[in-house]
Amino acid sequence: MQIRDGLIAGFPIVIGYLPIAIAFGVLARQAGISLVELTGMSLLVFAGAAQFMAAGMIGIGVSAAEIIIATFVLNLRHFVMALSFVHQLQHIPLKWKGALSIGLTDETFSVSSIYKHKAEQSYCHLFYGTIIITSYGSWVFGSFLGGVLGDVVPEQLTQSMGIALYAMFIGLLVPSVRKYKRIAIICITAMLVNYLLNPLIGQGWGIVAGTILGAFVGIFVLEEEEI
Amino acid sequence: MIWFIIIGMAVVTVLPRVIPVYIVDFIQFPLWMNKWLKAIPYAALGALIFPGIMTVIPERPYVGVIAGVVAMILAWFRIHVIGVVAIAIITVYLFTI
Repeated sequence: MQIRDGLIAGFPIVIGYLPIAIAFGVLARQAGISLVELTGMSLLVFAGAAQFMAAGMIGIGVSAAEIIIATFVLNLRHFVMALSFVHQLQHIPLKWKGALSIGLTDETFSVSSIYKHKAEQSYCHLFYGTIIITSYGSWVFGSFLGGVLGDVVPEQLTQSMGIALYAMFIGLLVPSVRKYKRIAIICITAMLVNYLLNPLIGQGWGIVAGTILGAFVGIFVLEEEEI
Repeated sequence: MIWFIIIGMAVVTVLPRVIPVYIVDFIQFPLWMNKWLKAIPYAALGALIFPGIMTVIPERPYVGVIAGVVAMILAWFRIHVIGVVAIAIITVYLFTI
């Protein structure tokens, strides 16, 4: 039951991940990373944006230290997301919280947060676990496929599918805003902060600042009984 | 060398994700911080959508924005996320032909 619901909730992530993972596989091969290495990277790192950046940096011969530091900065946003995620799952056993947080990405976090009512049900860790495992599986499989296929997937198609995750984020967000309009103030603040700071402090910090400040506005606009 | 990079990346990626698990239980959050934590998903979604959506077709930022507006309208009328994603993909595809 929880597994079935998890499959349904995770399906949009799979749709979104596959083309991006394939594109990563293609790019990584072009950067001179072997099939085993690029699949290994997806298995061990599981962080889309950072992997793209690393493949690009490896391609132009940037040092290991710089790549690892850049990855750290880019992925710090997951610290803020994990805080919120773990807070939502307060009552589940520690080992499950640990296991689930390892698989926290922008996408698995977003979907899990929108289905926060699930956290009150029994076996909810299976629901969240299924979302994460299917997403992870499609990410690793897609990377491998991209590495094998090389450039045979038409760019037109992968480019069009680049909208998938954004559409998913919108599809998750809009029903919450419809239900409780004040949420829009939080989102718009986060968007503006990210938009203004992105060129100055980079993609990773832009999202961190947008998330922190947008949520900070939430302290003033949200009413306790509504959330 | 690449394996060294991969393992380094894995470590610095997993740490920020897992450290909160071990600190949240030891902090007694005041009310305002509870609200902050509950607002994070909405703020994160906002920051993840924009301005990133303009890079779907980097040389034509408006394509992503139009597909985003289409997605917003569909989601507003309670179309399921999977349908929203599918129609957004078709919208962008129509711009590329």
